[in-house]
Amino acid sequence: MRDVAIIGVKNTKFGELWGKSLRDIVVEAGAGALEDAGIGGKEIDSLYVGNMSGGRFIDQEHIGALIADYSGLSKNLHVPATRVEAACASGGLALRQAIMAVASGYNDIVIAAGAEKMTDVGSEEASSALAAAADREWEGMAGATFPGIYAMIARLHMHRYGTTSEQLAEVAVKNHKNGSLNPIAQYKNRITVDDVLNSIMVADPLHIFDCSPITDGASALVLAPADIAHKYTDTPIYIRATAQASDTIALHDRRDITTLDATVVAAKRAYSMAKLKPEDIDLVEVHDCFTIAEICAIEDLGFAEKGKGGIVTANGETAIGGRIPVNTSGGLKACGHPVGATGIKQAVEIVTQLRGEAGKRQVEGAEYGMTHNVGGSGATAVVHIFSRER
Amino acid sequence: MSSVPRFWRSLGSRYNLEGTRCKECGEYYYPPRNFCVNCRRIGHIEPYKFKGTGEIISYTIIHTAAEGFEDQTPYTLAIIQLDEGPRLTSQVICDPDKIHIGMRVRSVFRKLGEDGEGGMIYYGTKFAPEDS
Repeated sequence: MRDVAIIGVKNTKFGELWGKSLRDIVVEAGAGALEDAGIGGKEIDSLYVGNMSGGRFIDQEHIGALIADYSGLSKNLHVPATRVEAACASGGLALRQAIMAVASGYNDIVIAAGAEKMTDVGSEEASSALAAAADREWEGMAGATFPGIYAMIARLHMHRYGTTSEQLAEVAVKNHKNGSLNPIAQYKNRITVDDVLNSIMVADPLHIFDCSPITDGASALVLAPADIAHKYTDTPIYIRATAQASDTIALHDRRDITTLDATVVAAKRAYSMAKLKPEDIDLVEVHDCFTIAEICAIEDLGFAEKGKGGIVTANGETAIGGRIPVNTSGGLKACGHPVGATGIKQAVEIVTQLRGEAGKRQVEGAEYGMTHNVGGSGATAVVHIFSRER
Repeated sequence: MSSVPRFWRSLGSRYNLEGTRCKECGEYYYPPRNFCVNCRRIGHIEPYKFKGTGEIISYTIIHTAAEGFEDQTPYTLAIIQLDEGPRLTSQVICDPDKIHIGMRVRSVFRKLGEDGEGGMIYYGTKFAPEDS
């Protein structure tokens, strides 16, 4: 296996991009990443794009070919283009496929992109499309919504460990603060714990400010073998681990409702591959689709003792400048969560941080960063570890 | 909400809590599975009708409804562990202020939801407090 490096990155703005189509934003992200890497179309060997539900959100399938076409990679260059789907982990999984293509030696220069256009349909239709990431027949048909499923995780976490609504709210407060420092974030407004607790109840105990929003956005990365990465950039960022795990599609079938075993296993595999421990990681982008998801993530990834995720957050240990900064980008909560793009956006943030280019949200001296991307309520988890030095 | 055939083919499970059991390892499955996840190819799956009693593991009160459930808000949704072992997701018919983790419940036959005005009405299993 060859070592793999990231040599170019780009996020579009995240938000309600009503004036732009899926193809518009993907081309913007892809071209930006290529420009960042100083690379032209002829050098690209393949393209992987994470997209959860083009068929539901824009009534368009065959997204791989669509993107290759509108990126100018298909008519003359005939670049192979593959769409990857694992619900909200589609982006992270697209990155993993791209890494494997380069590591195996099949390809040299590969693009990993992610995109979702969610606001071309109404919020009810969007929610229904998202609910398809859970078990439609045995959760959805009982009246389950995604906030409802995560609310049941939150309820049991509170019951068992004493986690409070205020501690959940602290996740949103921190991520909005970080988002206020990120130019691409959908929400740049700071909020308070009271704002979260006074916002409308969606699925008790989760308020609307406990939930990530419906968002349009695209992100892209350019990958190359580590041996030639310096040909393109002075600041290649190296991939130290890529790991993926699965679990039951329905929450009710989990071993433990408050632990995402797919995350635990993927993290274990990633730490082992990178020969690193949680204490070695300087910052992490976790999948905070709901505030409780970030609490579970920092526990399952080994950054907080099981049951202590809420306390650790309320203590400020996960803030920029804290022991382990979590979601410096603003996370899914403040950046927005264009489901297919999120996994790639997380990697763009880590690369930006490890390059030392994150401006006001820079984590000083960051050497190792991690991303954690979840599909559904934890049926898929993808974990990556990145480093500044090879 | 769903297509008619998709709902119809699982009527036995939805109306009567019919699941399956593996004769090899004794594990019960609801919703039914045709393949035992413990024994895999050496498993022997047979039908099993659940007693319908169990306990609430976790719950939520849904205020923003799923499609087809708009008329029912706020409604309770819970993960219930049946006495035979498997867990399922279901609505619980009770006072939202009284629902709690550990509450004993029993299955009841109720309307689940509908496909808009003039669309199909879905019936199936919900749960109610055991002593009600």
